[in-house]
Parts: sequence; structure tokens; C-alpha cells
Amino acid sequence: MRYIRPLSIEDAVGQLAGSAGTAAILAGGSDLLVRMKGGFVEPDLIVDIKSIAGLSDIRETADGFSIGAAVPCAVLGENAALKKAWPGVVEAAKLIGSKQVQGRCTITGNLCNASPAADSVPALVAAGARAVIAGPSGKRTIAVEAVPTGPGKTSLAKGEIIEAILLDKRSPSSGDAYLRFIPRTEMDIAVVSAGVNLTIDEHGVVTAARVALGAAAPTVLLVEEAAEALIGRKLDEAALERLAKVCAGACRPIDDKRGTIEFRRKVAGVLAKRAATTAYARAGGK
Amino acid sequence: MAGIAVSTTINGDNIEYLCQPDETLLDVLRDRLGLTGAKEGCGTGDCGACSIILDNRLVCSCLVLGAEAEGRRIETVEGMAHGDQLHTLQQKFLEHAALQCGICTPGFLIAAKDLLAKNPDPTEEEIRFGLAGNLCRCTGYDKIVRAVQDAAHVMKGA
Repeated sequence: MRYIRPLSIEDAVGQLAGSAGTAAILAGGSDLLVRMKGGFVEPDLIVDIKSIAGLSDIRETADGFSIGAAVPCAVLGENAALKKAWPGVVEAAKLIGSKQVQGRCTITGNLCNASPAADSVPALVAAGARAVIAGPSGKRTIAVEAVPTGPGKTSLAKGEIIEAILLDKRSPSSGDAYLRFIPRTEMDIAVVSAGVNLTIDEHGVVTAARVALGAAAPTVLLVEEAAEALIGRKLDEAALERLAKVCAGACRPIDDKRGTIEFRRKVAGVLAKRAATTAYARAGGK
Repeated sequence: MAGIAVSTTINGDNIEYLCQPDETLLDVLRDRLGLTGAKEGCGTGDCGACSIILDNRLVCSCLVLGAEAEGRRIETVEGMAHGDQLHTLQQKFLEHAALQCGICTPGFLIAAKDLLAKNPDPTEEEIRFGLAGNLCRCTGYDKIVRAVQDAAHVMKGA
């Protein structure tokens, strides 16, 4: 096993692309080191990306925010501008693990670990976040929902590294929220979860919406029909009921000890309704 | 195998060591440097017994590689007392009997130190949330919370 700490993204990409055997990218390590300890993975090469310039920064740009791949979730919670613009994304990121884990874990790692139950991913998908990927053939930017392809699997090719997550600039009449169900108060894996992001006009009518469900299918689901249930309406009881019904129907969950299929379907709808209500209030809707 | 040369700061002292690429910082602290305050409970970031402060962030040292400590600043429980004079938190843990077997105590002390550094006047709820990454099988937590409340009170007055 080799451990390297490249100073540039080009060097990191080159080392990953040129490596024989298995390679792992290390940012916070809160998934990687657990997997190594458990014997599930034994990388020949570990590429620590934390010394690459810019990867540990949150930048506010003309277009919104760029969150470096190595920014720990604790730092997201300390960024007042990000919290104000994207409270749902930040509250989702802050649900991951304990304070100790928060000091290390990253949203990019959460995305690339590709768990269907990842807390920050439904919020990022609802937010329309994009991933900036550096690779051997240059850079490309894709929607975050195109990154995970199944449990533990991503669409990233050999040598590719997500260097940042982009979030758009917000209009004041927008809001987002994320909720999950767990059987205890804190620090557990979502049984099912929902992220909602919406924009309203001056009459309180929803003009744009994105709804995402977690732990409801092999990957986080972007439910377009659920967004359609909200767009063009105020968030009245009928719209919320339609949202819940569509979300329950869109789930393709597993049956396991943490929740049955029936339970997950039902709760997905309930959480979507509650997250939509919070997002609507944050957008200024009454 | 020679290993990776790492130069770091631990409790204010410049320290250099060699470690293997897959060796955790917890193993380096305990097995190479003799700093056995941080304990291995689970080894997977769930119990907090190996808590340390790394560049002002509370982390589990079992989830950090030894090689990652290059150029960084580490605080462990060994740096809390000054000679025979205990840190206020340590003194209050004794007075409130906030430990029984003691395995979790160094992690709780470091987590409480980090908590009070960032929030000198926490509510009981904030203390319980702040220490939720540290597990204790003996005390039932109430004595730990009371010790931290008392320490916060004393430290504010200092």
C-alpha cells in the first residue's frame, strides 16, 4: 500500500489514472478507513486530496457556491451564507454521524460512497447540485444524481475525482428542506428520507420544484412527478396529498429489519409533505 | 519497511515519527509514541474513546491515518493537565464521580474540552448533543453532564 498527498488536481488525476491495482481517494476517511478496518477494501494506493489547493474551501461565486471536495461537514454548518441560501443541504450534511465524524466527513464523500441512504444526497439532488469532475481527459460537470449508479457504485471513470459540488445562487423566494426517519433521536442511518427544494411567485404559487427520496431505491430518486404535483399550485392540502401519493408510488424500497416496504412507502410520503411544508415556509410562502 | 516520515505537533511539542501507510493515528499515538490516553473502543468511529483534537477539530483518531498528521496540530488528553495540576474538567470528573471503568473518560474529556472551547456556556441539551459521539457503558451519562456543567461554570469565572 502506498499513501500519497499530491498538491495539484492534475497530479492526483495522473497518479490515479496511472495506478495498477485498486486506488482510493481519501478526504475525510469516515467511510474509507472503516472499510479498510473491516477488510472490505485494501487499496494499493491511497490518494489524500486534502493538500490540493482550493479543495478545502467553500467559495461564494457570482453563480452560487462551490464546495471543495475536502470540506468537512462541520465547516458547512459554520458558513452563514451557505446556511442562509441552502438550509436543507446544510441540515442534511449536519445529520451525518457524530461531532467527531462531522469534523472529517464530506458531502462529496457521502455522494461517492453511493449509499442509497446517504443523508446529504437527497438534499443535494433536490437542490439541483452539480459535481465538477477532474479526469484524465479534462473537466466535466454533471448533475449529482448521475454520480451514484447503485449501492457502492458510481459513474466515475478510472482517474476521475470530484473536486467540488456546485450550488446555484438563490432567489429570496426559494427554500429547501431535508427530513429523514430513524428509530432514535440522532446518529443513525435513514430508514427513508426526503429532500424538497422549491421556488414560489409573489402569490405563493410554486413555480419550480425538485423532490428527492433517499433509502427508497438502489440510488437516491429524483421524483419528477412529485415536482409536477407542486408546480403551478399553492401548497394546499390537495397538493400535499398528491405529493405524498406520488412519492409513495415512486419508491422501490427493500424490506429489511429497519423498515418494511409498506412502511417506507408510507413514510416517504409523510416526510415529503413535511419537507415541502418547511421548504415553502422558508421560501416565504404562507 | 522504513515507512512514511511524519513531522507534527502533539500537545505543543514537535514530534517526528515513521509509520506505515495503513496505520491509523490512534495506533501511532498508542504503539509508537506511548500516548495511551486515547483508547481503542470500536475502531470504526462509533464510540469516541479515541477522540483527539486535530487542527481545532474534534475527530476520532481511529478514522485518521498516521500519515495525514504531517504539518498538523494534535491535542490529546495527555496535554490537559499541567504537571500535577489537573484541568478543571478532569477535577470535576473526579468530584462528580463521572467515571467508573474509565475507558471512555479520555475521549469524554477531550470532547468536553472542545465543546467548552467553542461554547463556554452550553445548555444541558447542548452538552448532551455535543457529547453524543462518545459512548459510556457505566455512568448513564448524567454524572458526566453534571461534571461538564460544573466545569463550565468554574471556567467561565476564571
